[in-house]
Amino acid sequence: MRLDAGRIRAVVRKEFRALRRNRFIIGTMTVLPIVFLISPMIEIFRLSPGIPEQVVQRLAGSTFLLLLIVPVVVPAAIAAYSVVGEREQGTLEPLLTTPVRREELLLGKAAAAIVPSVAIAYLLFAIVAISAKLFAANPAVTTALLQSSQLVGEILFAPLLAGWSIWVGIAISSRASDVRVAQQLGTLASLPPLGVVVLIDLQVLTPSVGLALAFAAVLLVADLGMWRVVSALFDRERLLTGARATSDRARRAAG
Amino acid sequence: MQSTGGVRWFTRRQIGFGFRPATWQGWLITVVAVGLAVVLLILFRSSRGIGIGAVVVILAAYVGVGALLGGVPRTAPAPAPDPPARRLPPPPASFGSPASFGSPPAAAAATSLGPSATSPPAPYTTSVATPAAREAATAARSAGPPSAEGAALIVDHLTKRFGERTAFEDVSFTVAPGEVFGFLGPNGAGKTTTVRTLGTLIAPTSGTAVVAGIPLLPENGTEIRKRISIMPENPGLYLRLTVVENLELFAGLYGLHHSGPRIEAALEAVNLGARGRDLCGSLSKGLRQRVGLARALLSDPAVMFLDEPTSGLDPVAAREVHDLINDLRKRGVTVFLTTHRLEEAERLCDRVAILNTRLRSVGRTEELRENLFSRALAVETAAPLASPDGVFDAATGVESWRASGDASYVLNVTDPRVAAPAVTRALVAAGADVLSIVESRHSLEDVYLELIDEDPEAAGR
Repeated sequence: MRLDAGRIRAVVRKEFRALRRNRFIIGTMTVLPIVFLISPMIEIFRLSPGIPEQVVQRLAGSTFLLLLIVPVVVPAAIAAYSVVGEREQGTLEPLLTTPVRREELLLGKAAAAIVPSVAIAYLLFAIVAISAKLFAANPAVTTALLQSSQLVGEILFAPLLAGWSIWVGIAISSRASDVRVAQQLGTLASLPPLGVVVLIDLQVLTPSVGLALAFAAVLLVADLGMWRVVSALFDRERLLTGARATSDRARRAAG
Repeated sequence: MQSTGGVRWFTRRQIGFGFRPATWQGWLITVVAVGLAVVLLILFRSSRGIGIGAVVVILAAYVGVGALLGGVPRTAPAPAPDPPARRLPPPPASFGSPASFGSPPAAAAATSLGPSATSPPAPYTTSVATPAAREAATAARSAGPPSAEGAALIVDHLTKRFGERTAFEDVSFTVAPGEVFGFLGPNGAGKTTTVRTLGTLIAPTSGTAVVAGIPLLPENGTEIRKRISIMPENPGLYLRLTVVENLELFAGLYGLHHSGPRIEAALEAVNLGARGRDLCGSLSKGLRQRVGLARALLSDPAVMFLDEPTSGLDPVAAREVHDLINDLRKRGVTVFLTTHRLEEAERLCDRVAILNTRLRSVGRTEELRENLFSRALAVETAAPLASPDGVFDAATGVESWRASGDASYVLNVTDPRVAAPAVTRALVAAGADVLSIVESRHSLEDVYLELIDEDPEAAGR
C-alpha cells in the first residue's frame, strides 16, 4: 500500500481551515490550557526558598502531570469530532466517494489534530519553565522542572500521548452517533496512559531518562498499532449505512 | 503546502530513504534544523538525555516537514504539469449554454473509457469529447441496448442485502459510454444504494459489475473512484469553508496538481465564477447544489453519478442543471441519473431503468411505451357516429375500439401511420364530420405507474 502525500496534505489543509473557523474547538484549545496553567503558576510563585527539596520535587511532578493532560484532552476534542462531525454535516459521503484511502484520510485528520495540540503543550511547558527561571523565589523549582527526565518526558510524551488520544478519539468518533457523546467518551478513553505519569508523580516509579525513553517506546508502538486498528475499523459501508459489509466473499472469508 | 509556484520544497530521494531539500526554502529549513540541533547539544552537553531527546524531536519534526512539503513518490515519474482542464472549457457565456463545455478537448477517444479489466487504469485520460468520440457516443446511444464490450457500466445480477432486508436484487443492465441513463423508482426502491454500490462505497452481497472498465472488487475501489464522481442528493459541503476551499480539498483528493484553472473552469461551468470566495454556509440550496456539481466535474470523470441533482431546486435552477447534463452528454460523459422527476428523465435520458427493489424494466422510453401499451388513435367527431362498428371494423389496421365520450373513440391500431388515413377515409365515407385524429401517446409517468402498480411490493409502500 502506497500512501499519497498529496491527499494527506489536502486533508490536513482542510482540517486546519475548518478548525480555525470552529468556535467550539478554538474555545477548547484556548480555555483548557489556561485552566491547566493556573495551578502550577500559582505554586511556582508560592514556594519560598526554605521549602524542602522533597516538596519541590512533588510540585515539579504535579506540574509535569498537569502539563501532560493538555496534549491528551485537546486532541481528544478534535479527534472525537473528526468522523461523527463529518457525518452530522453530511460531508462524509462526498469525502468517501473520492480516491482517498482510509489510512490517508485518518493520517491527515490525525496530523491536523496533533500539530496544534503538541504546539500548545510545548508552549505551556516553555511558559512554566521561563516563568520559573525568571520569577520563582525558590531556585530549586527551576532545577526540578528542567531536570533531564522531566524534559525528555515532556518532549517525547506530549506527541505520543496526543497520538494515542487522537486514535482513540477517531475510533470512538467512527462508531458514535453524536459529537458530544464521542467527545466525552474520547476524553475518558484517552486518559489511561497518563496512569504511568501518575505513578511517577506518586513516586511509585522513579523518574529517569531510561524510564521516559522506555515508556515513549511503548507509546510509539501503541500509537502505530492503534493507527492500524482504527484504519481497519474505518469501514465505508458501516460509516454510511451503519451495517457491515455482507458480500459473499466476506462471508466466505469469515466462515 | 508548497510555494506559490507549485514547486515542492522537498522531494523524495531517488536513492536511499526520505526526502531531500529541493528549493532554497527546503535548504533553509534544513540549515535551521541542523543549527538548532547543534545549539541544543552544546547547551545540554552536561545532560546527555535532554540533548538526545531534543535532537530526536528535531529530527522527527524535520522528517514530518519533509513528508508534508515534499511528496513525489519515489517510483513515480517526474511530476509532469497537469494537462489544462480538458473537459472544463474556458468560461462559458452563460451557465448551461452549449458553450459551457463546447471547446473540443484534446483527449483520448471514447474507447479509452474501458480498458481491459486487468490493465492498470490511466486516470484522467478518459475524455471522450473529440468529434469522433462524440459520434461514437451518439451512435452507441441510438443503437439501443449497448453491448457489454466497452460499456461504461456493466451490472450483472447485482444484489445488496442488509441482514434480512433486501435493498435491491438481481439487477442487471449495461450503460454505453456517453449515455445518459435514468434510474427511476419509488422511495426505498434501492436507487441510492445502487449508486453507492457502483461507487464502491458499499459492497454488493452478490453479483458482479464493471465500472468505467474496472471490475467492482474491493481491491479496485481506489482506482474506480479515480474514474468516477458521485454527487449525492445532499451536496455535503463544508459550510465553514469557502467555495474554492471546498473544491481545493477535492482537487487534492483526486490528485490534481495546479488545480486553480480547473477549479475556475468548473465554477464557470456552473455559473459560480464570482462566488468562489463566499462561504458555502452563506449560499442558498440551489447554489450549494451547483457547487456540488462543480465538485463532481473537477476530476474529469468517465462516469458521473448524479443522485437527484435537481432535488429542492426551483424550476429555473433545475432547467440550468438540465442544460448542464445535456452539455455533458454532448461531450460524451456517461451520466447515471437517479431522479423522481419523470419529465426530467424523459427529457434528458437516452434510456431509463425502473427499479423497485428488482429491476422492472430497462429501455428507451419509446420502447417501454410500446412494450406496455398498445398503440392507439384518439378520434373525435362533431356528432356521435350512428354505427361506429361499421366504420371502424372496416378500416385497415384497426384491431379494436372503444368509446371514450359521446363523440370520442379510442382505437387500438397496429400502426398509426397505416390506420390513420384508413380511418379518415372510413369516417368521411360514413358522412361524419371529423374534428381530430391524433395518436394517443403515453407518458413516461404512465409507464412508471403501470410498472410500479403491477408490482405487489409497491402496494405496501
